[in-house]
Amino acid sequence: MIHTENLSKKFGNVMAVDGLNLDIKEGEVFGFLGPNGAGKTTTVRMLTCLIGPTSGLASVAGFNIGSQDTEIRRVVGVLTETPGMYDNLSAEYNLKIFGELYEVKNVKGQIDKYLKMLGLYDRRLDAAGTFSKGMKQKLAIARALLHEPQVLFLDEPTAGLDPEGAHLVRDFISELKKEGRTIFLCTHNLDEADHLCDRVGVFKAHLLVVDTPANLRRSVFGRKIVFHLSRVDESLAQMIREITFVREVKVIDNKIVVNIDNPETQNPQIIRKIMEAGADLQFVGELRHSLEDVYLELVKSA
Amino acid sequence: MKKIITIIRKEWAEVFKNRMVIFTVLFLPLIMTAIPLGVLYSTRSATATTNTQLPSEMTQSLCPGISSSKDCMQIFLVSEFMMLFMLLPVAIPVTIAAYSIVGEKTTRSLEPLLATPITTMELLVGKSLAAVIPGIVATYGAFTIFVVGSWIMLKNRILLTAIIDPRWLIAVIIVGPLIAILAVAFAIMVSSRVNDPRVAEQISMVIILPVLAGFFGQVAGLFVLNTQLILIVGGILAILDVIMLYLTSRVFQRELILTRWK
Repeated sequence: MIHTENLSKKFGNVMAVDGLNLDIKEGEVFGFLGPNGAGKTTTVRMLTCLIGPTSGLASVAGFNIGSQDTEIRRVVGVLTETPGMYDNLSAEYNLKIFGELYEVKNVKGQIDKYLKMLGLYDRRLDAAGTFSKGMKQKLAIARALLHEPQVLFLDEPTAGLDPEGAHLVRDFISELKKEGRTIFLCTHNLDEADHLCDRVGVFKAHLLVVDTPANLRRSVFGRKIVFHLSRVDESLAQMIREITFVREVKVIDNKIVVNIDNPETQNPQIIRKIMEAGADLQFVGELRHSLEDVYLELVKSA
Repeated sequence: MKKIITIIRKEWAEVFKNRMVIFTVLFLPLIMTAIPLGVLYSTRSATATTNTQLPSEMTQSLCPGISSSKDCMQIFLVSEFMMLFMLLPVAIPVTIAAYSIVGEKTTRSLEPLLATPITTMELLVGKSLAAVIPGIVATYGAFTIFVVGSWIMLKNRILLTAIIDPRWLIAVIIVGPLIAILAVAFAIMVSSRVNDPRVAEQISMVIILPVLAGFFGQVAGLFVLNTQLILIVGGILAILDVIMLYLTSRVFQRELILTRWK
């Protein structure tokens, strides 16, 4: 659905996006992660035909960037970094303008549908300027969806929202995912990316890595199993270290943290060793690294 | 065309909620109409009570076809203020354009707008027409009020025809819209460099200076605005309009707007 080949953008001497290669499938929710100034918004702007690439190729929904820009704009919806509403105009009129520009057939019906879905219907006649930030963000999401786009670009959809508002927006994105829409999600909220995205790409001028959140955790940190014991002595830790498939062993209080590749098959062997050594094994669990840990590790080493 | 109409309606819905724009669109035409009508009324009263006479040669030169030097003086004085009608197609569109374009930048509503399938030309034309049309309508309206007011005051067809002579009809009907287009194109160019609607308006108002120069030049007797001169000015304006519209369409590009018009 979204394909890029060495997509690059240079502003003066600054290379904002450098040789981006991406392939995003239909119905996939793709998280685009990266620090501020990494080039995420520039990428979204190129993929939504707001700015042209300096070099490289890209296509969205089968249309080529540069030669079929109007066709691309028709089939994508964009939630920009800031909602950018016409504050003096009512919520309904704000949507009406965009419904007409997107040539939506049943503008009124679509406006009502999304205002109801996002809980704004009762405030439809109020000026957008009287809305809270969260309400404006919801209104902007409604605006991006009016024409039922195949591909949705969401740039920081929950930025600046209170927990309740952010939760509502995330639930809404989940619903859109269920509808099978392709979603390109730029976010700093890594929990959000972890929960919503099928795959994530960590980006800093160029793409560092693309994979599912689970695979990224594995590839960056491996899998760490924690063995809780009533008492740990160094000889037991050393015994575990000597097992061939064990990559790393750390002792933390009464816990032994073991880095292995395949806990499902390797755990029983470790447990047997512990039992043979006469230690009291209380319970076993897997240490889960957050996507934030993965992200920080990747960006730090970039 | 539908998208252009959408943009025009949107612009009007937005800018006509701005007090400064409402004041300019409503009161400026009234003031500009009241001045020549006031001059007409006061000169009529004054010439009726004084014996001031113009030499007959001067009367013939200034007002061909009018025998009364009192009537001629009236026509001459009123025509000095007719240039005021040329201020309206500058001031009103510039005020609207300054708010409509720079306003988009300040509210950050331009990016979602540019992300729609509207073409740059449709957007530019829509925004320009939204600014030009009220200027032209206000100018025509003010001039119509002036014509009706003059008719009520004079009740003299020959005198009325002399005051509302073809040069002013050409000026109002043709030159007015040409000035308005130039003013809007200039305002759009200016808005590419500024972020504050007031600054955009103030800088764009520079374009009013040639009109004021024309007004004062005529009052000072530096030149006489006859039909030929107005047609020449109209021709020059038409050329300038084409140049400015070309430059504006060059400047008004999605990428430039988003990356430089911050």
